[in-house]
Amino acid sequence: MDAFVLSRIQFAANITFHILFPSITIGLGWLLLYFKFRYQRSEDGKWMELYSLFTKIFALSFSLGVVSGVTMSFQFGTNWPGYMNTVGNIAGPLLAYEVLTAFFLEASMLGVMLFGFRRVKPWVHNLATFLVASGTTLSAFWILALNSWMHTPSGYEMINGVAHATSWWDIVFNASMPYRFVHALIASGLTVAFLGTGLMAYRHLRGNAGPATEAGLRSCLVLAAVLAPMQLVVGDLHGTNTREHQPAKLAAMEALWEGGEGVPLTLFGLPDEEARENHFEIGVPRLGSLIITRDPNGYVQGLDEFEGEHPPVAPVFWAFRIMVGVGTLMILAGLYGAWLVARRRNFPRLFLQLLLGMTFAGWIATVAGWYVTEIGRQPWLVTGVLRAKDAVADVAPENVGLTLIGYLATYAFLLVAYVAAVFYLTRSAKQLDDVNRKPNPL
Amino acid sequence: MNDMMQEGIWLPYTFAFLIGFSMLLYAVLDGYDLGVGLLSRFVQRPDRDRMVGSIGPFWDANETWLVLGVGLLLVAFPAAHGLVLGELYLPVALMLIGLIFRGVSFDFRKKVSPEKQERWDFSFFLGSLVVSLSQGYMVGRFVVGFQPGFVSELYSIFFGFLVVAGYGLMGATWLILKTEGELQRFAVRWARRAIWAMVAGAVLSSVTAPFVNTRIYDRMFSFPEASLLIAMPLVSMLLTVIMHFLLGALPMPGDRLAAMPFAISVSIFVLGFVGLVYSFHPYIVPGRLLIVEAAAAPESLMVILFGTLVVFPFLIGYTIFAYRVFRGKATDLSYD
Ligand code: HDD
Ligand code: HEM
Ligand code: HEM
Repeated sequence: MDAFVLSRIQFAANITFHILFPSITIGLGWLLLYFKFRYQRSEDGKWMELYSLFTKIFALSFSLGVVSGVTMSFQFGTNWPGYMNTVGNIAGPLLAYEVLTAFFLEASMLGVMLFGFRRVKPWVHNLATFLVASGTTLSAFWILALNSWMHTPSGYEMINGVAHATSWWDIVFNASMPYRFVHALIASGLTVAFLGTGLMAYRHLRGNAGPATEAGLRSCLVLAAVLAPMQLVVGDLHGTNTREHQPAKLAAMEALWEGGEGVPLTLFGLPDEEARENHFEIGVPRLGSLIITRDPNGYVQGLDEFEGEHPPVAPVFWAFRIMVGVGTLMILAGLYGAWLVARRRNFPRLFLQLLLGMTFAGWIATVAGWYVTEIGRQPWLVTGVLRAKDAVADVAPENVGLTLIGYLATYAFLLVAYVAAVFYLTRSAKQLDDVNRKPNPL
Repeated sequence: MNDMMQEGIWLPYTFAFLIGFSMLLYAVLDGYDLGVGLLSRFVQRPDRDRMVGSIGPFWDANETWLVLGVGLLLVAFPAAHGLVLGELYLPVALMLIGLIFRGVSFDFRKKVSPEKQERWDFSFFLGSLVVSLSQGYMVGRFVVGFQPGFVSELYSIFFGFLVVAGYGLMGATWLILKTEGELQRFAVRWARRAIWAMVAGAVLSSVTAPFVNTRIYDRMFSFPEASLLIAMPLVSMLLTVIMHFLLGALPMPGDRLAAMPFAISVSIFVLGFVGLVYSFHPYIVPGRLLIVEAAAAPESLMVILFGTLVVFPFLIGYTIFAYRVFRGKATDLSYD
């Protein structure tokens, strides 16, 4: 394999590992704040116990997010120098603002939030927690502004092959930015909601559920029930935006080899790049046009219009189905769970097992969604501006291969250690549900 | 036209200064917490917990200075960034993997079942060692202008050990400041060893530098610059001697002067850093790329500079706040 392919795999591996942890911390920061407020309002120790368990998970996730993020910040220079040379004038300030406004804020306040409990006044501690949560959200804002700009660039001009900014407003609030930002924030909320329900279901199934476990399970189920349907709506809007700005990506998501009016929605099929058709296709007539254009006879561009210039179809098609499949499952689980909560019913064992199985469902949907987005942008790195193959570094393939193996081994190991530690913490959280404990002086 | 020329000069220099400033701050701040990691092997559990406790609230923010420095280099001097990181591809990867293990060991060591804790403690130490060695090696490669060859490699590896000693010193003096009792006495002993190891290394590396890198040679033996370059090692030597006697007298009743060793080692770091930078100027990559050649478009740099100036007071403000919250002697860390 050449350095180009290896660099792509390496970048994809690093960013995939990185996104796992922000997708937890962005949502979890706000959930912690919620637990804290519930405690301060009710003085009921169960909220404090939830807070202290999830704070540990937050700290662990945060540190993995930080170290993998530091790796990311070197990636541009080590593997994609052409990227900065061409669009550095746009990407640079956005990345710099992320460091300046978000990273320092969250990194400095994190210490106060985690260890400052007894050292500062309660309101200062609340403020620190709030600032950490805001910091993670702000990180997401800046990096997604940049990422969205790479998909739907605006507010720049090309001078001698180098991008120069003309309007920072148009760069930051480019066409796909609002959709991507909202969709990614909800994704993080869902990831956390199902992490929470999964871990609380785990305690239930082990037979040591008490008031805190109940409260955690109920809160997270309600959160899931609210967010999952919202995600469907926002995702749908995101898709219509994609049709407008990146029609080739949309055609690949639907594996639509031939465009036209009244196209079907393919539920299943095996896309074949050689033959340019799907094998074993199962579709619903006209539904594709209805969803994409809001009109059963609407016109949708097919891959035939982009021959030689469209992304690989099978991975985009499948990743999209995985994301939507998990999303649908989340809606069902969330709504059923909320119904149980509203009716004050007990949770059936089978449902708890399902929730345990879905503990990391958010990760699967998130990573699948990112693969749709990023692979769907190929062959471009920045749509219409820079091709991925023109940005790659001239590094010896052996070096890239060697470091790739190092990273992959590290990530596999840490992922196992992380999941094991999260379950261990949940299992051994002794204070959890110990209602007789004297309330924390918060 | 004239204005453009002016801007073309002061902006790149401002950014070179900002990058240097971030890197120096990184070396000092992450230096002490890496040093604590290096020293963590020499003690057992309860003391080790207190050592980790003394850096727990700070390490993340300390590391962010590296992200800022590298980020600014990337933004302001993309050409230099590509060149440097391309040359240092493998050591950078090694350092990153070290940083990963070190950073997560902090958290894992207290969140796994007791049998596994010892392993994470070891990974904390090993990660710190790998990071320090590879950072020193990279500085060494930088000093020799990335020349290939046995001598320059040897020189760079030597630099790796120098940085281990330097960080060990920072860590030990930090612990003198942040701990008490037996652990503090240990820290004094570590500091005494580290300072002489570092001074010996620094002298050796300065004496040999001109022979490994001809540019530095020219610089060193031309007046009036030479007199300046001579003054710096002299001041460092003076500080070292003061430190030596100070360490002999510590710890004092009432914990007087406990902050002095840390302040002195910071000063030595600053002097060494200034000397290093001075011998490179006006290059951003020694012998290869000039500061003014490598800069990005002025309008984007202005946007960043604006952001930096607005954010900086806040940044300093909450950094001071965080250090004030955790002032005084370190305790075992807990979340509630
Ligand atoms: C918990 C995670 C999660 C869930 C349940 C969903 N998504 Fe999603 N989706 C993401 C997490 C995500 C993501 C990781 O956040 C992506 C990747 C990049 C982005 O902007 O959001 C994404 C991208 C993404 C895109 C790609 C847009 C583009 O790049 O042009 C579309 C069209 C959708 N989503 C649509 C949906 C629909 C119709 C869903 C139905 C339920 C859905 N998503 C559920
Ligand atoms: C928001 C920040 C992001 C930026 C700036 C970014 C940028 C890039 C760059 C530079 C490449 C390499 C060039 C290429 O192969 O096309 C790439 C590819 C890729 N990225 Fe992203 N990315 C971001 C987020 C993500 C996330 C969060 C994921 C996954 C979880 C992801 C998944 C991928 C994958 C799978 C590829 C490889 C695509 C291919 O080679 O076919 N990206 N992206
Ligand atoms: C190429 C792309 C990316 C780069 C270069 C990058 C860089 C970094 C760095 C350096 C850190 C550590 C900050 C610290 O020291 O505190 C970090 C953390 C973080 N990143 Fe990224 N990142 C990228 C992609 C993303 C994406 C796609 C998201 C989310 C949508 C994201 C969200 C976060 C968040 C929330 C944190 C805070 C730490 C945590 O929550 O674990 N980043 N990132």
